[in-house]
Amino acid sequence: MAVDEARLGEVVETTTTGFWAHCYRLYESPPLGALVRTGGPYPAYAVTHHVATQGIDASRRPVARGADAATEEAVYLSNPQLSQLLRTEFQAVVVGHSVDGEPRYRLPPSPPPIYAFVHACGPEEIRRFTSNVAFLRPLATSGVPALEEVVAACLSLAAQAQPNPNGFLVEAGRQLMGILPGELRRVEAILRGATR
Amino acid sequence: MTNAHGSGKYLGMVVGGSLSRGVEVRLDANSQVEEMALGQHVVIQGSSRRFFGVITDIALESSDESIKGSPPDMSNPVVAQVVAGTAAYATLSVLPMLSLEGALGAVDGPSPAKTVPPHFAPVHLASEEDVQMVFGAEDNRHFWVGNPLDMETRVCLDLEEFVTRSNGVFGKSGTGKSFLTRLLLVGILQKSAAVNLVFDMESEYGWMGTSEGAGMVKGIKQLFPSQVSVFSLDEEQSRRRGVSPDYLIRVGYNQITPEDVELLRETLGLSEVAADAAYNLAGRFGQERWLRSFLEMDGPELRELAGEINVNERALSTLHNRLGRLKRFHFITERESEESVEEILRNLDRGIHVVVEFGRYRHELSAYMLVANLLTRRIHERYVRRKEEAMGDSSREPRPLVITIEEAHRFLSPSIASQTTFGNIAREMRKYNVTLLVVDQRPSGIEEEVMSQLGTKLSCLLDNERDVDAVTAGVSGARELRSVLSKLESKQQSLIFGHSVPMPIVVKVRDYGTNESYRELGFREASEIRREMERDANDLFGGR
Repeated sequence: MAVDEARLGEVVETTTTGFWAHCYRLYESPPLGALVRTGGPYPAYAVTHHVATQGIDASRRPVARGADAATEEAVYLSNPQLSQLLRTEFQAVVVGHSVDGEPRYRLPPSPPPIYAFVHACGPEEIRRFTSNVAFLRPLATSGVPALEEVVAACLSLAAQAQPNPNGFLVEAGRQLMGILPGELRRVEAILRGATR
Repeated sequence: MTNAHGSGKYLGMVVGGSLSRGVEVRLDANSQVEEMALGQHVVIQGSSRRFFGVITDIALESSDESIKGSPPDMSNPVVAQVVAGTAAYATLSVLPMLSLEGALGAVDGPSPAKTVPPHFAPVHLASEEDVQMVFGAEDNRHFWVGNPLDMETRVCLDLEEFVTRSNGVFGKSGTGKSFLTRLLLVGILQKSAAVNLVFDMESEYGWMGTSEGAGMVKGIKQLFPSQVSVFSLDEEQSRRRGVSPDYLIRVGYNQITPEDVELLRETLGLSEVAADAAYNLAGRFGQERWLRSFLEMDGPELRELAGEINVNERALSTLHNRLGRLKRFHFITERESEESVEEILRNLDRGIHVVVEFGRYRHELSAYMLVANLLTRRIHERYVRRKEEAMGDSSREPRPLVITIEEAHRFLSPSIASQTTFGNIAREMRKYNVTLLVVDQRPSGIEEEVMSQLGTKLSCLLDNERDVDAVTAGVSGARELRSVLSKLESKQQSLIFGHSVPMPIVVKVRDYGTNESYRELGFREASEIRREMERDANDLFGGR
């Protein structure tokens, strides 16, 4: 059991632009687009963009177990070992870091180390970090799969933490227009997703 | 929002352009394109100087071609706000007119812009202080004519500069030409820059004038009774209007010359041959007698005369016929001395402004043209003589005179401008201390050379292409001015450009017609003057 409620898991694969983290509890990953912060010498801020749950041994795919079970929950209840045989991981793209608690909208000098703790950011931390929409550039240019959905989800979560959600979205939208020149349709899709 | 230099709202930044076409300004996403207006003034802050310019065009642009084909979902307020100002944005064309040296611009005053601001220079709406710095404050040579659109600042004309050249007031009928002219007359009168001689065709400058929508307004004689004389051709009508003219003008047949007939050629519908016949007649009978003798003739005598002076008989009979109309003009008498002219000159010499009213002849264009031309020719001759006699001794020179004529294109059309006194005055400018204030609704009918010599042009709304062309011809930035000119409001707005303003400007013409406006123009009611005199007497002799 994690000491800290906000602690989600640990970094298990790391690069300058993003990392994989292993969640402490099965299926308890941060939501799509959520802002997380790592530990380490240069605490990195990152946006969750990919969540995966699979067997701990990648070469062995889980087998079906519920033929006689009444509900899906019953499958897990009758097979308590499953929580140890399966794992939930998520991938996040680094959008900034912090130096002495101050947000910096650049990549950290070195990526978070393996086993660095990953924390979910609270509303105040989200508000503080996303109040400068510069964080959108590394995310919007990262080329991750389903980019529009990820950015929309991220904006939607960030807007909830801002005192003026609509004003924030307008500012973010204008920033995106600059980051994605000539891609009005894409920006439009993102904004429509974020305001849904 | 104001910046450090006290400018108005931030509009956007310079993104391109040239000195001749004007610079392109990309409107900031937070500025509303609907709040922009043609003719508004802006200040562009360069790195070492400020530029003062005017908005000459407003355009909608998009960075994404697909916007036109399939517009974004504007029902989503966030999408709508983001798209407006980014992918779909507005640009302003701004013509830099003046540059103000130094960071604060107040070092040497404004000079014409000879370069453009750099890329990304910030653009602000001009503030009241900016406009005031450029157009000056009212003083004893600057006369307040109006305010820039949406501003309280006063735009002032440099009247000393104004009267040194001929000037023009143009505009379609009913757009406020008379209004503006009346103000200019008051200005010239107040600032004592020159004396006015006004040929007041519609009787609207001297005594009561009409104002569209506002009923009757005071004429300059009412505002400044001791400084204005009203001369009339029609005593009866003047009296009916409750005006007692200071002098009645009479014209003798002996004073009408063949040149006058030539001027009236188009108005009277005469052929060139017929008009030229007047010269033959003057040669035959002499200047003093020709018209009288000619008009007294009947059919057979005319035939005989035609043979005698070798003129086509039909032409001569047309001339006889048309000149016969002059008999209806009761102000024309058998013989007159030069008394009318002398009286006008005496007034002008004393600094008294003269308004010539036409009374019932106001609808007789030929009467107006005949009298205006006849008087002007004589007055102009005197001025030329006196100016030459003064030989550079400025104390002996006649007072600068401004002659106001309406329907000016009749006097200054290309076919006759080279021959009439008005054409000469318009061309020779200040040389003889006489200039014109040309008032016209058809500037395209005025000869090009005359138009090009006009120092300051004040134009109300014009929408005929040729008229707009004529007014803006030869001015730098003509293309931009044209679009401003044809978009003026139809009342109380005027574009002013030329020598007496540092740059073209659209003004909302100052109010005229309310009691407050009269007071601002220096008019005081009799009771007020009496009170003032009593106060002065008390101050002098110690009242109780």
